[in-house]
Amino acid sequence: MKTMIGEEETEKIRTSGELEIFRMRLVDSASSRTPRIVISSGTCGQARGSTEVVESFQRAIKKHDLQNKIATRVSGCGGFCETEPNAVIYPEGVFYQKLSPDDAEEIISETVLNGRIVDRLLYVDPNTGQKFVHESEIPFYKKQMRLLLASNLLIEPTSIQDYLSIGGYRTFFKVLRDLTPEQVIEEIKRSGLRGRGGAGFPTGMKWDLCRRARDSIKYVICNADEGDPGAYMDRSLLEGNPHSVIEGMMIGAYAIGASEGFIYVRSEYPLAVKHSKIAIEDARKHGLLGEDIAASGFRFDIRIAIGAGAFVCGEETALIASIEGKRGTPRQRPPFPVEKGLWGRPTNINNVETWANVPLILARGADWYSKIGTERSKGTKIFSLVGKIKNTGLCEVPMGTTLREMIYDIGGGVPDGKKFKAVQIGGPSGGCIPSELLDLPIDYESLTGAGSIMGSGGIIVLDEKTCVVDLVLYYISFLEDESCGKCVSCREGLHRMREILVDISEGRGKAEDIKVLEEVATVVKDASFCGLGQTAPNPVVSTLRYFRDEYLAHIRDRKCPAKVCRALIQYSIVEGNCTGCGACRNICPQKAISGEPKQIHLIDPALCIKCGVCLDTCKFDAIEVS
Amino acid sequence: MVKLRINGLDVEADSGQTLLEVARFMGIEIPALCFHEGLSPWGGCRLCLVEISEGNRDRLVTSCTYPVQEGLEVKTHSERVIRTRKVIVELLLSSCPSSKTIQDLAAKLGVQKVRFTIEHDDCIYCGLCVRMCSEQMNAKAIGFVNRGGKTKIATAFDRKSDDCRRCGACMYICPACQLRCQGPEPPQVVCGGCLSLEPTCLDFYPDLMCFMGTKGECGTCIREEPRKKV
Amino acid sequence: MIEDRSLLLSLLQDIQEKKGYLPEEELIETSKRLGVPLIDLYSVATFYKSFSLRPKGKHRITVCLGTACHVRGGVRIADEIGRRLGIKPGETTPDRNFSLEVVNCLGCCAIGPIMVIDGKYYGGVTTTKAVSTLKQWGK
Repeated sequence: MKTMIGEEETEKIRTSGELEIFRMRLVDSASSRTPRIVISSGTCGQARGSTEVVESFQRAIKKHDLQNKIATRVSGCGGFCETEPNAVIYPEGVFYQKLSPDDAEEIISETVLNGRIVDRLLYVDPNTGQKFVHESEIPFYKKQMRLLLASNLLIEPTSIQDYLSIGGYRTFFKVLRDLTPEQVIEEIKRSGLRGRGGAGFPTGMKWDLCRRARDSIKYVICNADEGDPGAYMDRSLLEGNPHSVIEGMMIGAYAIGASEGFIYVRSEYPLAVKHSKIAIEDARKHGLLGEDIAASGFRFDIRIAIGAGAFVCGEETALIASIEGKRGTPRQRPPFPVEKGLWGRPTNINNVETWANVPLILARGADWYSKIGTERSKGTKIFSLVGKIKNTGLCEVPMGTTLREMIYDIGGGVPDGKKFKAVQIGGPSGGCIPSELLDLPIDYESLTGAGSIMGSGGIIVLDEKTCVVDLVLYYISFLEDESCGKCVSCREGLHRMREILVDISEGRGKAEDIKVLEEVATVVKDASFCGLGQTAPNPVVSTLRYFRDEYLAHIRDRKCPAKVCRALIQYSIVEGNCTGCGACRNICPQKAISGEPKQIHLIDPALCIKCGVCLDTCKFDAIEVS
Repeated sequence: MVKLRINGLDVEADSGQTLLEVARFMGIEIPALCFHEGLSPWGGCRLCLVEISEGNRDRLVTSCTYPVQEGLEVKTHSERVIRTRKVIVELLLSSCPSSKTIQDLAAKLGVQKVRFTIEHDDCIYCGLCVRMCSEQMNAKAIGFVNRGGKTKIATAFDRKSDDCRRCGACMYICPACQLRCQGPEPPQVVCGGCLSLEPTCLDFYPDLMCFMGTKGECGTCIREEPRKKV
Repeated sequence: MIEDRSLLLSLLQDIQEKKGYLPEEELIETSKRLGVPLIDLYSVATFYKSFSLRPKGKHRITVCLGTACHVRGGVRIADEIGRRLGIKPGETTPDRNFSLEVVNCLGCCAIGPIMVIDGKYYGGVTTTKAVSTLKQWGK
């Protein structure tokens, strides 16, 4: 291997020896002791202004003439979304949160030049008030086992060099050289890895079935459709470390005998699409994708297929239909995709996180991996902790961690002094878990037993201000819209369930509504063709199991205990607090508020549409919802 | 040949046959609205569901699409199947009350009330018309449009299609259009008037008592248990 | 006549990207070129939410209605914007300046509720902030 990576000349890496030489050269220039400032800049970070923060750091570095001493590195999503834009100063590991562009100057002059901490930018534990200086001490990170996510902060996602410098593709070369495809599958089987997309099917078994299918053409697909609202770990992995997914797919393709792969990304993730494209291009340039990889005769290449806005296309057969240019209508199984999938060929589809686990397992061994987690659910899982929670973000924990640990130890609990009500796990296909079950260990079986599912890992925390009826109505409306429309049970069943829920939320609920709801729910579950319909009733069924009283309050008493359902609440002015500032009167779109300046105002209930703008505007806490 | 069990009976079938084919051959009556022998199976109406056992899991599958398998255990009229079928018909009836085909099906299954608001969709989205137009008439003028609750069947851009040859095959095959009736008025949406022409009431009355006008008044078709002979 | 339609979705996506919607003439032209029946193209185009058969406005406003955003009041924001612009989600203002869309999850749940205008993300939106942001964009 001759030259360094330049703009024109890219030498292909043909053996693991060459890979090592390449890597050593990179490591020399990018060791962990190298001073650098890493700024988390996934889609969320950018939405909060991380790009401007990066630019201001670069300006400050230039101003102080430190270009040769320290550099900025823009990483993908770090997972601690609540604190973004955040930055970590290496090698010390000092963590600064919620940065604005103005802070860069101070950080450079104080911390980088003089080793002094900028106190006001440190992370503060929302419960104890304790400040933390180093990234490694912060409880949010400490309590996790970030086998996959940690790498996000070590690399720039658009740089294959970074990936190589942390040992990337080394595992692939090892596999190619030392293991037969059957041995690879055996290793994955022994690790106990189960599909991270939601169903939890044993990955090794899936690969085995696909391998056994006789065909000269086989496909591997990465399902990055991540349709569950509230889940974004796949986005993080694909944006932040696309090569880890590619390496996983390469190993999988080798094991199964596939020569072509697809990454199916939803169109709502433009950054993930962009980074995947760059990663594939770079891998091709280095001879890691394409013909005769590593001079072994193995050929494999990957194409990107972009989703077009259909939740149902997260389902395997619908995804296949989508790539084939058809409506995303699921197909009957048997035959399963591993036997007859894309264009009738054996196809192995796995979720992003599943693929990302593959190089990890092959590198450190199935024995090591199977020690993490529980008896039947091995390894770690990345969860998105969102909703009414203090430390919103992504957390990666070993299977078996309890909900209580996730929500309180890592998540910091519910903000604004509100009471915890339930968690919704598994997206629209999942169920609500109430506080009585907080000590439930998170693994596939326990969650199913409690009436929910693991799903892709979205955990939505709900507090007392969340109305269960409103939430369920939201999910059923979502599913009715996303249903492909083929099955009467799903299409019409969800339609009628939604009608009943609307009636309940608007105070027209009838005594027998719950019974009808349950009856239709059973039919939707039993009679529908695909996973969407079969799991659609879960939110309804689980909330009727744990929060039946709330439904009854809506039906019998025409009251919404959480004060959310618009038809059942009223907005009024709290006379004791109203200063007559008129802010609410000015902003009310229906002109429903009247009053003279400095006089107590009044809301006309006949005109009020309960849009909530006044509530958001009032600075004196003078608007009440009852 | 494939050996399986249907309703406790050992059966032999050709591999490649569907459960519906085999069951019907045996004389077992299974309703199937979206199925037609000359067209590819669709499995959308969910009426032909049967219960199969795989290991220790029982599930419902559409017999019109499910292939026979060695050792399969099939129940065509289990409690779960009938219960499900009744709700499916109730759902269909609530959006298509003017279809005699569906009304008769409801009466046969003993569906006595519809608990949902009546909508006159007049289409059950079984897709027979689409498949007819595409597979038999080779015109491909109509298709499924939109998805989920907004699904409908239409021509491109809802305009007259140049591909449509006005053959009328779509209307011919439509289960909702085939046999249209005036449709009973809400709240009594379930009729069964036509089926009352079947001699059930002759068990109790000297002649046929009803033809839609007096339906339900004798109580034969809409009652809990048989009345005593007069 | 192409034997597989794998190009179909990406072709439609290209047109959507370039023109901002799928014009009828382009669909008819594509149908002729590929030998695919027009109704098939139309059927696929109407199935997927990211395709639009009507032209979009100059500025595209997207409000996220994923669960996390919903729970944090996303619906009120979509309603308020719709009210100010006088349109419902999926529609475009008569002067063709603004289009409003709701989407099922942008994957930025940590900073919800989210609003995106012409690719610029706004997080932690309240109804008041939404209104003032709209004013910035000229409405």
